[in-house]
Amino acid sequence: MKARQKRLLAVLLTLAGVGIATAIILKAFGANLLYYTTPTELVTETKTADYVPKKYHLGGMVKEGAVVRKDNSLDVKFVLTDYTSEIPVEFDGILPDLFREGQGIIAIGVMQADGTLKAEKVLAKHDENYMPPNLPTEKPSDNLNKPKGSY
Amino acid sequence: MKKWFHQWVSPPHLYERADRYAKVFLFLAIASILVALYGGLVLAPADYQQGDAFRIIYVHVPSAWLSMFAYAFMAGASFVALVWRFSAAHAVATVIAPIGAVFTLLCLLTGSLWGKPMWGTWWEWDARMTSELVLLLIYLGYIALRLSFEEQAKADKAAAIFALIGVVNLPIIHYSVYWWNTLHQGATVSKIGKPSITWDMGWPLLLMTIGFMLFFGAITLMATRGELLSRERRTKWVKELVDINRGVN
Repeated sequence: MKARQKRLLAVLLTLAGVGIATAIILKAFGANLLYYTTPTELVTETKTADYVPKKYHLGGMVKEGAVVRKDNSLDVKFVLTDYTSEIPVEFDGILPDLFREGQGIIAIGVMQADGTLKAEKVLAKHDENYMPPNLPTEKPSDNLNKPKGSY
Repeated sequence: MKKWFHQWVSPPHLYERADRYAKVFLFLAIASILVALYGGLVLAPADYQQGDAFRIIYVHVPSAWLSMFAYAFMAGASFVALVWRFSAAHAVATVIAPIGAVFTLLCLLTGSLWGKPMWGTWWEWDARMTSELVLLLIYLGYIALRLSFEEQAKADKAAAIFALIGVVNLPIIHYSVYWWNTLHQGATVSKIGKPSITWDMGWPLLLMTIGFMLFFGAITLMATRGELLSRERRTKWVKELVDINRGVN
């Protein structure tokens, strides 16, 4: 084997080793790398025996017709859904501009004893589609009807 | 063909050739960036969801692509330099690191500016943003590693191995939005199937990316010339070059 071929082999083996090691590490971290929990995952978790209310990043769609605002205050209640499970959310801060019914939203806050998430922060998630406003027919099919993981 | 290729890796030839290519690239880069700016800021319609705020895409997305493209190029040069022992390839990898770092920083800053009005946050530790930040740290680590060696040959070898190991981050950045739930949305253009952007909004984005690539090519070639002169300062061709320039003055 020539010296150059040896170097090539050494480099390729190093790359393969590093790649495999990284894949294993990422696999081990698993769910810790997820930025948000879906309503279904959260509901399942609240039913487990060792569940304690803690802080969650809850990601879901704002349920149509379920947004309730209080007059003369920033208080707002809405429901986040993944079309399987629903979690009610309370928030008394400034909502992002993109907040509206049917929009993908991430609410960050602590679960209350009554099953409501008291949000400290609400973030809007938008889809990857860019188009002018006069093309409504193609519009939010992606944003609204895709199941879990796509909002 | 073989001769043409060998001229790219021989320092005096590369030094001479880089100058010509850099000028052409720079001219084309400026032309395409100007046209793309006009297309993106004036001709393209506002977005159905984000209004005019989406126009930062014309800086953010090309910067993001270039931050990864530059890294792939740097790692490719390091690979060639390690296996075939082309010293000129080490010079190219050396100069790409700060350029790539600047594109990465630009991507992070424009993303942050975009995130505040649209998502409602300057920064979140989601997988896409964090992996892009890691890319910046890898570039900075590469630069720091080089600076920590006195001897050129040792610095070259260590830095090249470091650059190759860092390649694992590229697929993580690209696929982060699919492998994990993230705040960042999925790919609009770099995916299989039809891009999720209409043509009147999309062509300035493509042209801007071509412009950024040409600009990257131009400044990389210019910086490579300086790096070659510095590395080869004791060789005959550099001394002759200096003598010729002295004679002219």
